[in-house]
Amino acid sequence: MNAEVTPIRTAAETALAQSFAQARESLPGDDAVAAQRDAAFDVFAKEGLPHRRVEEWKYTDLRALMRDAKPLAPPPDATAKAVAKTAGARVGDVEARRLVFVDGAFLEELSDISGLENGLTVRSLADALADADPALTNHLGKLAPGSDVAVALNTAFMGDGAVIRIAAGATVERPLHLLFVNSGKPAATFVRSLIVVDAGARAMLIESHEGPAGADYQVNAAVELFVGDAAHVDHVKIVGESADALHVSTLAAAIGARARFNAFTFTAGGAIVRNQLFLNFDGEGTVAAVRGATLINGRQHADTTLVANHIARDCQSREVFKSVLDDEAHGVFQGRIIVRPHAQKTDAKMMTQALLLSERAEADNKPELEIFADDVQCGHGATAGALDDELKFYLMARGIPPAEAEALLIQAFLGEAIEGIEHAGLREALTDQVAAWLKARGGR
Amino acid sequence: MALLEIKNLHVEIDGKEILKGLDLTVNAGEVHAIMGPNGSGKSTLAYVLAGKENYTPTAGEVLFNGKNLFGMQPDERAAAGLFLAFQYPLEIPGVATMTFLRTALNAQRNKRGQAELSTPEFIKKVREVAGKLGIDQDMLRRAVNVGFSGGEKKRNEILQMALLEPRLAVLDETDSGLDIDALKIVADGVNRLRAPDRSFVVITHYQRLLNYIVPDVVHVLSHGRIVKTGGKELALELEARGYAEYQEEAVA
Repeated sequence: MNAEVTPIRTAAETALAQSFAQARESLPGDDAVAAQRDAAFDVFAKEGLPHRRVEEWKYTDLRALMRDAKPLAPPPDATAKAVAKTAGARVGDVEARRLVFVDGAFLEELSDISGLENGLTVRSLADALADADPALTNHLGKLAPGSDVAVALNTAFMGDGAVIRIAAGATVERPLHLLFVNSGKPAATFVRSLIVVDAGARAMLIESHEGPAGADYQVNAAVELFVGDAAHVDHVKIVGESADALHVSTLAAAIGARARFNAFTFTAGGAIVRNQLFLNFDGEGTVAAVRGATLINGRQHADTTLVANHIARDCQSREVFKSVLDDEAHGVFQGRIIVRPHAQKTDAKMMTQALLLSERAEADNKPELEIFADDVQCGHGATAGALDDELKFYLMARGIPPAEAEALLIQAFLGEAIEGIEHAGLREALTDQVAAWLKARGGR
Repeated sequence: MALLEIKNLHVEIDGKEILKGLDLTVNAGEVHAIMGPNGSGKSTLAYVLAGKENYTPTAGEVLFNGKNLFGMQPDERAAAGLFLAFQYPLEIPGVATMTFLRTALNAQRNKRGQAELSTPEFIKKVREVAGKLGIDQDMLRRAVNVGFSGGEKKRNEILQMALLEPRLAVLDETDSGLDIDALKIVADGVNRLRAPDRSFVVITHYQRLLNYIVPDVVHVLSHGRIVKTGGKELALELEARGYAEYQEEAVA
C-alpha cells in the first residue's frame, strides 16, 4: 500500500480486509495467481468501496449501501446441497446442461458434466486454479477491468466458478446453465467464470443466481467471455436473488469479427443489484443485441451499467433496456457507447425506458455516446414515465379489471426487450417470470 | 322496460360543467340517436357512461338495468353489458389484438360467473364474427389498432362490440372519418346486432349514419341538455336546417 491510500473506514471495508488477510493463504492458485489477487486487493485497499463520487458508481453508492461484509461462505454441507436440488425453476422447461454452484462452490454431484458434446470442455475454476491450467491462466483477468473495484474484489477473492471452452466450429446445442445458488447462509461468495468460444462455434449460456426468500447474503460474480471470429453466442443472465441479498456481477466480453452476440439481463431479485457489462467489439462486421428487463418493487435497487466499446469497424449493436419500478424501487441505467477512431461505419443504437408504477419509485438514466470516428450511425434515447391512463381506461372499458389491464400494459412494455430473446424456451420462461411478478403485485 | 335511465345528470370536467341536467330513457331493443353541435356534451355523455376518470357527476343519477351505474368501475360496467365504441380508438403497442379480445371476453365472462372460453372456442368465435364484418385475419394478428387506418380502427370497435355482445352499446361518433364503404360496414355490423333485448345510443354530428342505422328516437343535445326529441324524421330536419336554432334555444 502506498501513501495516497484512502483509509479503510466502513465496517464493510474493514471486514473485507480481515477476510482477505485470513483467506489469502488458503485461496486456490499458484504464486502467479496469488500475486494477481494481491494486486487486485490493493486496488480495493486504495480505493475502498465505490461511492457516489466515483462517476461510474454515482447512483449506486456501495460504500453507503453495504452495511457489512459477510464472511466467506463455508463449503456447502448436506443442508446447503438440499436447497440446491430444487433450484433453477426460473429457467422453466429449458433443457439445459446444468453446472451447479452452491454458496459459490461447484457441486459436481448436482451438475451434468457427463457425455459432453464434441468440442466442449468444462472444469471448475477451483480445479483449474489448483493445477494452474494454462487454458485458464492465459485468459484470466484479460477482460475484466481491474480498475473496477467490484472486479478487483472478485479477482482477490475468487474461489470457484466455471471454466468452459468450446472448440472452433463446434455447435453446442444444449444451453449451458451456470446455476448459482445460495443456501440461505448469511455469507459472501466470489465466483469467477471464464468462457472461451472459439471461431465459428455456437453456444447458448445461461447464468442464473438465486437464494431462498429472506436470506441475507452477498454475491460478487464475474464472467470473462471470449467470442471468437464468426462465433455465435447468447448469454442470458437471470438475477433472482432473495429480496434481501446484495448482488454485484460483471460480464466482460471480447467479441471477434463477423460474430453474433446476444446478451440479455433479467433482474427481479436482490435488495441491491449491480449488473455490469463491459463489451469490446474487437473484430469487424459483428452484430450484437444487448438487452435487459428489470422488475423491482419494495425498496429494491437495481443498476445496470453498460459499456459497449466499438473498436473495429462495421459492427452493429442494439441496446434495449427496460425497467418496471414499483413502490420505492430505484432503477439505474448507465449506458455508454464508445466508438474508437478506427470503428468507421459503426451502427449503434441504445434505448432505455423506465416505467414508474408508483410516485415514489425513481429511475436514473444516463446514456452516453463517445464517438471518435466520423462515419458512424449512433443514437440513444431514454424515457421514464407512468402507465398511460388512457390505455388503461380503454382496456377497462372492455371489461378488463384494473390489475389485469396494468399487467397487460406492463407486459407489452417489456415485450420489446424480451421478445428479442432467440431461444423460445427461455423467452417463455422469462415471460412467465414477468407474469409471476405481476401476479404477486396483484390489484391496485 | 327501461334499460338506461338518466335523470337530471350534471357532469363536470376540471370544475367546468358540461352536462347540465340531462334526461334520457332508453328502452330495451331501441336505437336512440343523439345529435348535436360540437361542444354540446355528446362525448362527455359517452365517457361518463363508460366511467372515465375526471368526468365527475355532480348531480342526478344513471340507472343501468335498474342498477346505479356510478357505483361501478369501468370494467364492472362493461361486464354488466355496457359498451362504448370510442370516437378515437387507442393504439396499444405490444398487445396483440387476439390477446386483448380474449382477455376482455374472458374477464367479462368471469365476472358474470360464466366459464372462460377455451382457446379453440375463442378463435372459432372471433373468426366467425370477423368474417361477418369483413375483417381481415391479418388485422387480428397485429397489435391493437397499431398501424390501422381510421376505418380499420372503427371496424375493430365494431368487432369488439359484436364479440362482447353488450346489452347497451354507445357509439361515439363512430361515423367520423369514415368513407361511405366503411360506414356501410360499420352500420351493417350494428344492424346485425339489433335485438329485442339490446339497445344502442348512436352519437353523431351528421345525419348520414342514420340512413344506415335507422333510429327509433332522435334527440338533440345542446349545451348539456336534451332540447328536443322526435322520430327519425328529426334527423333529416336537422340535416336540412342545421343546429343554429337549438344553440340559441338552450342559451335562452
